[in-house]
Amino acid sequence: MLKSSTTWLLVAKRLGIALITLVIVSFAVFFATQLLPGDVAQILLGQAATPEAVAGLREAMGLNEPAILRFLHWLTGLATGDLGISYVNHMEISNLIAGRLANSLKLAGVVAALSTPVALCLGILASMWRGTLLDRTISILTIAVISVPEFMIATLAVLIFAVWLGWLPALSYGVDVDSLGAILRAYALPVITLSFVVSAQMIRMTRAAMIETINTPYVEMALLKGASRTRMVLVHALPNALGPIANAVALSLSYLVGGVIIVETVFNYPGVAKLMVDGVATRDLPLIQSCAMIFCFSYLSLTTLADMIAILSNPRLRR
Amino acid sequence: MTDAPLVSVRDFKVGATTDGGRKIDIIRGVSFDIAPGEILALIGESGSGKTTIALSLLGYTRPGCEMTGGTIRVGENDVTAMSETERCKLRGVEVSYVPQSAAAAFNPSKRIMDQVIEIALIHKLMPRAEAEEHARSLFRALALPEPDTIGNRYPHQVSGGQLQRLSAAMALIGDPKLVVFDEPTTALDVTTQIEVLKAFRSVLEKTNMSGVYVSHDLAVVAQIADRMIVLKNGEVQEEGTTEQILHAPAHPYTRELLAAFEPVQHTPIEARGRDVDHPLLEVIGLHAGYGRVENREPTIKVLEDVSFTLKPGRNLGVIGESGSGKSTLARAIAGILPAYRGSVLFEGHELAPDLQNRTKKQLQRAQIVFQLADTALNPAQSIGTILARPLTFYHGLRGAARDKRVNELLDMVHLPKSLRHRLPGELSGGQKQRINLARALAADPVLILCDEITSALDTVVAAAILELMRDLQNELNLSYMFISHDLSTVEAICDDVLVMYKGAVVEALPAARMSADAQHPYSKLLISSVPQLDPNWLTSLEQDPELVAAFSRR
Amino acid sequence: MTLPLRLSRARGTSAPRQRTYVFNWAGRIGLAIIVMWCAVAIIGQWFTPYPVGKIVDWNFFGPVSAKYWMGTDYLGRDIFSRVMMGARYTVGIALAAVTLACALGVILGMIAAVMGGWFDTIVSRLLDAFNGIPSLLFGLVVVAAVGSSIPVLILTLTAIYMPGSYRFARALAVNINTMDFVTVARARGEATPYLILREIFPNIVGSVLADLGLRFVFIVLVLSGLSFLGLGVQPPNADWGALVRENIEGLSYGAPAVIFPSLAIASLTISVNMFIDNLPTRIRDRSE
Repeated sequence: MLKSSTTWLLVAKRLGIALITLVIVSFAVFFATQLLPGDVAQILLGQAATPEAVAGLREAMGLNEPAILRFLHWLTGLATGDLGISYVNHMEISNLIAGRLANSLKLAGVVAALSTPVALCLGILASMWRGTLLDRTISILTIAVISVPEFMIATLAVLIFAVWLGWLPALSYGVDVDSLGAILRAYALPVITLSFVVSAQMIRMTRAAMIETINTPYVEMALLKGASRTRMVLVHALPNALGPIANAVALSLSYLVGGVIIVETVFNYPGVAKLMVDGVATRDLPLIQSCAMIFCFSYLSLTTLADMIAILSNPRLRR
Repeated sequence: MTDAPLVSVRDFKVGATTDGGRKIDIIRGVSFDIAPGEILALIGESGSGKTTIALSLLGYTRPGCEMTGGTIRVGENDVTAMSETERCKLRGVEVSYVPQSAAAAFNPSKRIMDQVIEIALIHKLMPRAEAEEHARSLFRALALPEPDTIGNRYPHQVSGGQLQRLSAAMALIGDPKLVVFDEPTTALDVTTQIEVLKAFRSVLEKTNMSGVYVSHDLAVVAQIADRMIVLKNGEVQEEGTTEQILHAPAHPYTRELLAAFEPVQHTPIEARGRDVDHPLLEVIGLHAGYGRVENREPTIKVLEDVSFTLKPGRNLGVIGESGSGKSTLARAIAGILPAYRGSVLFEGHELAPDLQNRTKKQLQRAQIVFQLADTALNPAQSIGTILARPLTFYHGLRGAARDKRVNELLDMVHLPKSLRHRLPGELSGGQKQRINLARALAADPVLILCDEITSALDTVVAAAILELMRDLQNELNLSYMFISHDLSTVEAICDDVLVMYKGAVVEALPAARMSADAQHPYSKLLISSVPQLDPNWLTSLEQDPELVAAFSRR
Repeated sequence: MTLPLRLSRARGTSAPRQRTYVFNWAGRIGLAIIVMWCAVAIIGQWFTPYPVGKIVDWNFFGPVSAKYWMGTDYLGRDIFSRVMMGARYTVGIALAAVTLACALGVILGMIAAVMGGWFDTIVSRLLDAFNGIPSLLFGLVVVAAVGSSIPVLILTLTAIYMPGSYRFARALAVNINTMDFVTVARARGEATPYLILREIFPNIVGSVLADLGLRFVFIVLVLSGLSFLGLGVQPPNADWGALVRENIEGLSYGAPAVIFPSLAIASLTISVNMFIDNLPTRIRDRSE
C-alpha cells in the first residue's frame, strides 16, 4: 500500500518523540540513582581505604566533574557499549550482562512465539461469538489473570505443576539441562507464567479491537448481504482490525518487561532482571543503571512500534 | 398467483431492552402487504420504528432488539420462523438493502467492485467475470461516471452521491425480489439528492422489483413510492396510495405531517423604537479559516470576502450546502473562530475578531444557538442551572429574582415550570431546542445567530419551533441570523437570504421572492433542487446537466 | 453481562425522574468485598485475634485450624492477624497513591485540555516520556536509590500512575471541550476556571472514578510486586505482597501462609474489576 507523505511525517515525528523520550528516561534513571547518599569511591574501596586512595579514585572516575558532564559521559558510554564497572565485584558490566541478556531474550522470545498465536485466536473467537458462553468464559479468565499479581500466577503454577502434580521442577536453573526434556521442564514454569500474563492482555485487547470493527456499519452491511458470521468477521472485520490488533500485540508484549522481573526472581532464572534485582539488594548502581536502560529501551521500542503500526494502518491516512 | 402479495407482514412486534434492563416494545403489531413490483414507502419521524421494520424484512434486528411476535413472509419464506443460517441465504438474493450512509456501509479497505459483486459470490449466483460485467451494466444504468473503471477504486476515492448509487448497484446485483432503501438520500445535499433519486427511479422502473423506501421526507417519497404507510411510535397510523395520502389524508397525524410542508410566508415585523436606518450588524470583507497560520493567513481558508448588512428587526437567512461555509460565518461573527481579515460592526461598533477581546456587553447583545441541542446543553446541569447562569453572568441576578426570571423564560418558550429541576437528558429533542433558545434569550440579546437549529428536529417539531421564534421576535424586538440548508425553513422566517457556495456569498435575495429573483446559476440550481410534494416534480424537473456538473462536486 | 445499548431513539414512556443505579449480582459482590476490605483496613487492628508480631505457635507453616484460621507463618505467627494488618498497608498505601495520582492527573489534564497551546504540549510531552518507563522498573530504581519507606512508596506509586491519569482525563476533557455547550459558555465570556469546574468536570467525573478504580488495581499489583521483591513495605511490618515473600519457602509444602495473602490480593483486585465492569454504562461511559 502506498503511503502519503503525511503518514511518513507522522512516523518520523513518532520516532523523534521516542528518541526524546529515551533521553529523558535515561536522564531520570541516571539522576535517580545519583540520589543515593554516600561516596561511590569510598564504597568501591571499602572502609579501610586511605583518604588519598579515595581521592585518587574519585579523580580517576571523574566524580569531581559536574553531574551533567558525568551524565553525558555515561550516555556516550552506553551508546558505545561501555557500561562501566560493577561496584560489587569489579567486573565489566557488559560482561556481566551479556550472557544474562541472552537468557532473558530467549525467555521472552519463547513466550512471545507461544502466546501470540494462541491469544490472537482466542481474542478473535471471543469477538466473533460475543456474549456467548465461550466469550464470557474467556472474559472472566482474562480478567482474573490481569487482576492478580504476576508472582501469584507464578506461585499458582508452582503449586499446581511442581507441588501437586510433581511434573516440573520449581526452579528453572540448578537442574541439569542435558536432555531436551530436562530443558523443556526447566523452562516450562517461567514460560507458562509469563505466557498467561501476556496472553490475557493480548486476548482482551484483540477482542476489543475486533469488536470495535464489528460494530461498524460496513460489517453490519456484510451481514445484510447474506454473509455468514464467520465470513463477516474474517473477511470484513479482520482486515480492518489488523492495525489495531498488531498494535495490541506490541503493547501486550511490553508487559513482558514488568512480568519478567517478577518471574525471573520467583524461578531464580538467570536473566537480566534477576541480575538487576540482585543489584538493587547490593546497591550496585552502574549495574542497576545499565539493566534499567535495557528494560526501558525494550519497553520503549515496543510501545513505539505499537504506535507506528497504529499510524501506518490508519485508513484515513491511506492514499 | 400474480395477485398474491410478495411480502406480507402480520401483527409484527419487536421488543428492545433499555440501558436500565427494562423491556419495551418498539414495534407494536404492524401489518401490511407489498405487491410484486410495488414501491411502498414507510414514512415516520425518528423513533417511529421505520428502519426497524425495514431491517426485519431481511430477518435482521439490531443488537439489543428482538422479534417478539407476528410473522413476516417474503415470497415463499417465513422470515420470522427461519434460522440465522437460512436468513443468510435470503439476504441479498430475495431481499437486499440500500443503507442510509453508503460512506459508512462500504468497507474502507476493499475495492468497490469486490464489494458490489460480493452478494453474487457469497450465494454463488454467477462466476466472478459475469458478476463484474453485470455490475458494470448496473453502473451504467445508475448513470455513474466511468462505469468501466469506477469499480477499481476504493470507497474514499468517490463522492457521496456516487457511493450511494454504488450501494444501490450492490443491492441489485443478486436480482432480488425486494429492495429495502433505508433513507438513502438523507445524508446528501439537495443537488446531489436529485441525481441519486433519478437513478434509483429509472432502475426501479426498468425492473419488476418491489421496493420498500424508508424516509422521513414526504416530498422525496412522493417521487418514488406507489403506496405509503405512515408510522408513529411503532404503529401504523395510516396506509394509502401516494395520491390519497398527499391529497386526502385521513389521519390527523398525517395531516400534521403535511401541514409542516405548507410554505409559510414570513411577514416582516415593525422595528419599534429603534433606529431603523442604521444597520444592526454589518459585515465587511470577512475572511476566516482553520489550520496553521502562514503570513497571518490560515492554510485552510473557509470564508472568503463575505459582506452583508442586517437591519434591526429584520431576519437574515444564510443558505448553502455542506461545506459552503455558512456555519463558519456564524462562528466568525460570534468570535468563536476569529476572522483573519475583514470587520464585523455590531450596533455601529467594530467587534474584535476574537471573542476574548470583546466586552461583556457586546457578548450579551449577540447570542449564538447551535444545531444539536443534545450537545449544546450540559448534560450534568439541571435546566434551572443552565438558564440561571447567563442571568447571573450578564445581569447579576440572584436568589428569588433569578428564579422568577427562569420561570418567565420557560414560559416564553412554552415549557412548564416543573422542567427546571430536570436534566437535559430527560427532555425530548424539541424541548431541548426550546431550552437552548431560552438560554440565549436569558441574555436579553438583540441578535441571535441560529446555526441550523431546526435541522436535527422532526418536521412537525421544527415547525413549532419556527412558530415560537416568530412570536418571540414580535414580543422582544429581536433579529435573527438564520443559517440553514433547508430553503423552506429560511423562507418561513427570514426577510433576506444570502446564498453561499464554497465560502463566498454568490447572491443576496429577498426571501419572499427567492425562486423568482434568483439570477446566479448556483442559486437557481439550489432552489430548483428542493423536492416538492407534487409526485410529478422529479419527472418534470429540468436542470441543465452542465450546470449540475459544475456546481455539485460529484 | 449486559449489552451496552443506546436506545435513545426508542423512546417509550418519559424517563423516570429519580436516577437509580442498578447493579447486577457481580457488581454487588464486588462492591461487598471492596467494602469489607476497606473496613478491615480501618478497624481491623482492634480485632486481630493475636498480636501481629507475636510468635504464637511453635509449629511454623502450620495448617488451617480452629485456633489459627489461616495457619501460621514461617516463624509461627498467626497469618489471619497478619493478613488483617496487611490490609491496612496494601489498601492504605494504594488508596493514598491512587487518590494523589488521580487528583493531580485530572486537574492537570483538564487545565491542559482547556488551555491548549504550549502548556498542553509541554506537560503532555513530559508525562508521556514518564510513561516510557515500565512501572515496576521505576519502582525498583527509586527504591534502590533512596530506600523504601511508606511515604517513598506512596510518592513513587503516585509518580508512576499520575501520567496515565493525566492522559485519560485530558482525553476526556478534550472531547467535552469540543462540545457545543462549552463553546456556548465560552462565547458567553466565561473564564477558564468556570469552564473547568462547572462545564467539564461534572461530565468527566463518572469516568474518572471508574478509571480511578482500575488504576487502584494496578497500584495494588505494583505495590505487591515491589513488596514481593523485598522492596516495598519493610519488616517487621508487612503488606500482602510482603507476606507472600516472607512465606514463599512454604510454597513447596502448599502452606496456607502463602496461599491466603495471595488470595487476599486477588479478592481485592478481582472485586474492584468486577465492580467497575458491571457499573451501569451511564457511569462507566468511555472508561475503557
